[in-house]
Amino acid sequence: MNWQGWAEIALTLGLPFLLGWPIGIFISRVWNRERTWLDPVMAPVERGFYAALGVRPDQSQTWTGYAAALLAFNAAGFVLLYGILRLQGFLPLNPQGFGALSEPLAFNTAVSFVTNTNWQAYSGETTLTHLSQMAGLTVQNFLSAATGATVAAALARAFAADRQTGLGNFWADLVRTTLWVLLPISIVVALLLAVLGVPQTLSASASAATVEGGEQTIPMFAAASQLAIKQLGINGGGVFGVNSAHPLEGPTPLANFIAAVSINVLGWAAFFAFGRTALAGRNLRAIAIAALVLLSAGAATLYWTETQAPPALVAAGAEAAVNMEGKEVRFGAPASAVWAAMTTGASNGSVNSMHASYMPLGGGVQMFFMQLGEILPGGIGTGVGFMLMMALLAVFVAGLMVGRTPEYLGKKIEAREVQYAMLAVLVLPLTILGFSAAAAVLPVALESLANPGPHGLSEILYAYTSASANNGSAFAGLAADTPWWNTTLGLAMLMGRFPGIVVMLAIAGALAAKPKLAPSAGALPTDNGLFIGLLIGVILILGGLQFFPALALGPIVEHFQALDALAGL
Amino acid sequence: MLALLRPALVSLGLFTLLLGLAYPLAITGVAQAAFPQQADGSLILRDGRVIGSALVGQAFTSPAYLQGRPSAVNYDATGSGASNLGPLNADLIAETLDRATAWRAETGSAEVPGDAVTASASGLDPHISPANAMAQAERVAAARGADISQVRAVIAAHVEGRTFGILGQPRVNVLQTNLALDDAFAPEQPDRP
Repeated sequence: MNWQGWAEIALTLGLPFLLGWPIGIFISRVWNRERTWLDPVMAPVERGFYAALGVRPDQSQTWTGYAAALLAFNAAGFVLLYGILRLQGFLPLNPQGFGALSEPLAFNTAVSFVTNTNWQAYSGETTLTHLSQMAGLTVQNFLSAATGATVAAALARAFAADRQTGLGNFWADLVRTTLWVLLPISIVVALLLAVLGVPQTLSASASAATVEGGEQTIPMFAAASQLAIKQLGINGGGVFGVNSAHPLEGPTPLANFIAAVSINVLGWAAFFAFGRTALAGRNLRAIAIAALVLLSAGAATLYWTETQAPPALVAAGAEAAVNMEGKEVRFGAPASAVWAAMTTGASNGSVNSMHASYMPLGGGVQMFFMQLGEILPGGIGTGVGFMLMMALLAVFVAGLMVGRTPEYLGKKIEAREVQYAMLAVLVLPLTILGFSAAAAVLPVALESLANPGPHGLSEILYAYTSASANNGSAFAGLAADTPWWNTTLGLAMLMGRFPGIVVMLAIAGALAAKPKLAPSAGALPTDNGLFIGLLIGVILILGGLQFFPALALGPIVEHFQALDALAGL
Repeated sequence: MLALLRPALVSLGLFTLLLGLAYPLAITGVAQAAFPQQADGSLILRDGRVIGSALVGQAFTSPAYLQGRPSAVNYDATGSGASNLGPLNADLIAETLDRATAWRAETGSAEVPGDAVTASASGLDPHISPANAMAQAERVAAARGADISQVRAVIAAHVEGRTFGILGQPRVNVLQTNLALDDAFAPEQPDRP
């Protein structure tokens, strides 16, 4: 560990938080249909969309209407993407001549990109045509992110509302978030990445006659445009198999830094946008700070684990200051560690180092971050939404302790909201632990493991955690392109995405109908350090209680095995 | 339900045209016009032929060249990949030990840099650490019949530092340094095609 490493980590964590503030205010203006400087360009396009869709953007929907539109849009997106992946062999822009994906793989991949998970059981450069990448995956990279943002917009309006039923219009939120926010920022980031060396070409590959007389075929693609929205939309699905570790996806430390900032910037912006639209800026800043504290602690822990002596290097008598297995020289420990924290805390799932080869406790931190429900800061909209569920539970717990009726952001929190919030929180352990338990005893699942012992259990646990939390990163040793894994992971992704969204919209519906209370001296303040501490405590206790037993059998026992192995060397 | 069908299908169609075709094609057009070298993958040409990409590692085995890190895919760029072995995996520990033994024999260096015996994340890592490069200088100099201080000078000129002093790690690009070595010294054996 050195000061440059700590400085790099601090800058990579801090810059997206600071940038997220003004961008969040801009997003709030977009949600609220206020004037912005992009109106002259985007407003005509927007009007064209509404005319073609046949919707009235000012027609506010009830929570059921909003949820139905969201689900219909996502179902249609799934069908289209599944169709493209199955038919890609017959479609244009296929210079490599790739054939169709198998049914389980197409199901898994379509679910994966529609749910913003971007779990990849395939390797892009050997499987997907240009058309599948662009018209299929890039489109869902935008739309799954915009879908998440609509949930936050609806929930934020519910807190601002006073005895209303409407949550806004799903189609308007979808179109406006995409046109005003995701597309313009993606254009900027795509051009930055391209100038730094990420390929942006329609040719399939370049053939090189290498210096020593060999041949090397280097795959090419319109990568920069897809990578921009892959990170900004907190999607995480790489163009190439090894994702952002690939030297064409993360060519330089600066390109890596820009990509890392992009992973978190809109997640934080969604917190600030939520705060402005919900008329609760101070409160949302408080919960954003709670998330930043946890994220920073995880990044610091990962930097520490990856600068501990790894048994293999110690046994070989090599320099053992950094666990370089599965890491790139240009990134080293700090850029890899902070990325690992950000990608697992933010439901992104792209990797610039191989998580499977992290020290045991490092892998444990990555899993724990995902198991918290992707709230640090999570995906655009869904992150702040789940964080709000945690805040409701924290307010409820505090209410029990001090005997006050819980209130949050001017809304009374009653039994129904707390029950719904618990439902949203309990989906994750049910899916993760249920599927992991089944996979741990079924031979059809165990055939895919790459490592024996507790690390094998970690592979299983990591896979279902990543899928259920809609993260998408992997302990990549697992051979996941089998019918069992494609199907169960696909189901886990669906479970982790839509029940939670519907529950959040149901809570929004219930809250919108309640009167907006004036701040009173009797209510627990939710914008100060005490509440930040309480919220962090609730998050850690909830997450810990749910997942500690499973983690104890995987990464934690492996950590003690590692200490044992080192003592014997 | 039918009332939802039209906006769902029409919006998907429009978004696919805008985000799936217009957006990537527009970025491609701008990038190809403004910075084609980067947009085409930072390819390096020698005598009109592509010999590789500055960003993508390639395999070197001759003692006259700096050698890159171990690769789980043997620098086959049509794939990419890592070992994905856990830190306690017995295969990983045995393999690392073998690599260290081979390294000591080849370079004569007692110190084994960590990056020289571990597989990279991509299998295509174009860089090695400066310590790794310097430790190979003696072997390179001997194979080329060159003066070791001159070889070290070529390597030192190719050490890239941290961006802005804090981003990334100091590193040496193996392909570019090897091309510079070829320019500076004729190789002992004619192993260039």
